[in-house]
Amino acid sequence: MNSFLEELEKHDIKALAGSASAFSTANVKAALSSSHVGLREFLCLLSPAASDMLETLAQRARSITLSRFGRVIQLYSPLYLSNYCLNNCLYCGFRKDNPMERKILPPDAIVKEARFLFDQGFRSILLVAGDDPETCGLEYLREAISSIHEFLPSVSLEIGPQSQENYIELRKAGAEGVVIYQETYNRELYKRLHPEGKKRDYAWRLETPERVALAGFHRVGIGALLGLGNPMEEAVALFLHTSFMLKRHWKTRLTISFPRMRQASGSIKPLNPVDDRAFARIICAFRIAFPDVGIVLSTREEPRLRDGAVRLGVTHLSAGSRTEPGGYLDPDQRKEQFHVEDGRSPAEVVEMLVSNGYDPVWKDWEAVLV
Amino acid sequence: MNNNDPLIIAGKEFKSRLMMGTGKFPSHETMAAALEASGCEIVTVALRRVDLTAPGKDILDFIDRKKYHLLPNTSGARTAEEAVRLARLARAAGLSEWIKLEVIPDPRFLLPDPVGTLEAAKILVDEGFVVLPYINADPVLALKLADIGTVTVMPLAAPIGTNRGLITKGNLEIIIEQARVPVVVDAGLGAPSHAAEAMEMGAAATLVNTAIAVAEDPVEMARAFKLGVEAGRKGRLSGLGSVRFEAEASSPLTGFLR
Ligand code: SF4
Repeated sequence: MNSFLEELEKHDIKALAGSASAFSTANVKAALSSSHVGLREFLCLLSPAASDMLETLAQRARSITLSRFGRVIQLYSPLYLSNYCLNNCLYCGFRKDNPMERKILPPDAIVKEARFLFDQGFRSILLVAGDDPETCGLEYLREAISSIHEFLPSVSLEIGPQSQENYIELRKAGAEGVVIYQETYNRELYKRLHPEGKKRDYAWRLETPERVALAGFHRVGIGALLGLGNPMEEAVALFLHTSFMLKRHWKTRLTISFPRMRQASGSIKPLNPVDDRAFARIICAFRIAFPDVGIVLSTREEPRLRDGAVRLGVTHLSAGSRTEPGGYLDPDQRKEQFHVEDGRSPAEVVEMLVSNGYDPVWKDWEAVLV
Repeated sequence: MNNNDPLIIAGKEFKSRLMMGTGKFPSHETMAAALEASGCEIVTVALRRVDLTAPGKDILDFIDRKKYHLLPNTSGARTAEEAVRLARLARAAGLSEWIKLEVIPDPRFLLPDPVGTLEAAKILVDEGFVVLPYINADPVLALKLADIGTVTVMPLAAPIGTNRGLITKGNLEIIIEQARVPVVVDAGLGAPSHAAEAMEMGAAATLVNTAIAVAEDPVEMARAFKLGVEAGRKGRLSGLGSVRFEAEASSPLTGFLR
């Protein structure tokens, strides 16, 4: 079975992204009325011609989302375990060379943080940790998962890439999903942004979602960190990645996300900032191309944008998030990965959803399924 | 509706032939109002959505168990084993012994796995569950399931959530023709007219969720489906005229016969 790496190498992403500028409004209209949105149609939806038709794209995206998902938004919360990291990703506050106070949660603190989130209503938790197998290795992670899976049905992971064997162990400990973003699909840029550590290995990271699927996880989240590479190119590569995963690993539920980079303390500024309209267009294009795929939006985005994006095609929201280990019970901004833009409490986000006619869903998973 | 025309499943009588699902509604309150308007008596709930630790807020708190017969479903299960685990959980939690069996390995088109469904059905029937399996419109599978003791078969009209209507019509006709257990047409019915057509074809009941839940006005849509199902059933019972391709008055081919 060939991997996504081989698949990606068959395409000239730069040329594909560039070709979008040749499309006309008529092409965009044709793409919108096509019954199958393939690569060509997707390029039309992202073309400069489509930027003048954003409202039309939004209407289509909304109607697809409503008919596939209903007025339902799934809520989840990140729980940061550790900000120790052996990598030096230039855009991240946790990077090794950033002189930040480091902390890793001991087992009892993990349970306390998780209990706090449970009491707020969360039943779906994303465990997040920097990449440091020394402090935050397989044993630590297994224990973290199983200690909270007793009362939290859905536990997923956003941690450094693991081997398939490790993933099998983590799944058996009770994890349901794994989130792993490629950051940038541009190989050259990837190299520059990751000067040190295991994360330098582009292929190892790119093939992680496949290992996750082969390890039998129910769900995998993929995505690109917008603000690094050329956004058109990132979107095209993510389109190919999404298509590949849906075809090849058809038993694994897929979610996608395109977090926009925020400058954190000690990190570089975004290289290719993506403005709100371009961001909305990307959400719409992915919704139209992949009607059944969940789209995740975190508290990196400000309330105005999040409230609007729910109506376009976002299906999963975090709320009330802290991005430092121990941040729910013992907040300390100096240990944050990035500063959240939507500081509303979970209850306030729920109120917003309900007043917009949405059902906030806390629980959509059952512990016995893993 | 004709009161002498009950739907009987596993020895239990129901007046309504419309079953409802509970996903995708904009709120629990709207869902409860839609259930009421639909006149349904059997309500299916995804076990993975049920939160027994959140009393007062959980979906079950909005379903009056005295009024509705609860039919937990195993959605989320990719394998027979996972479905069996969910069913046991439902029974252990005192929810129900009735199980809408869904074994769905493909989270995208949500098409059921015939092999896994048959395996899980065998185990669950042996363990004393009342099993209502969700299947593709596969006549042989329907027969095999009835052979092992499921109390209905629930073939799909179209993939879940697509609202496309009876795209499996040809096979549904065979399933209904061969049926020894009630055939409940499930999934893909997008309009009351689709439900009416399924009932006219001889389905014992239909199950509707998405078309009601995502409608502009879910409560009115629930009422519309109720009427659609009743109209279809009445049409079926009243002897629909068959479709004629030729006038029968003259007999050009057989006129010479005495
Ligand atoms: S992005 Fe991840 S791997 Fe890179 S420095 Fe930050 S925490 Fe470490």
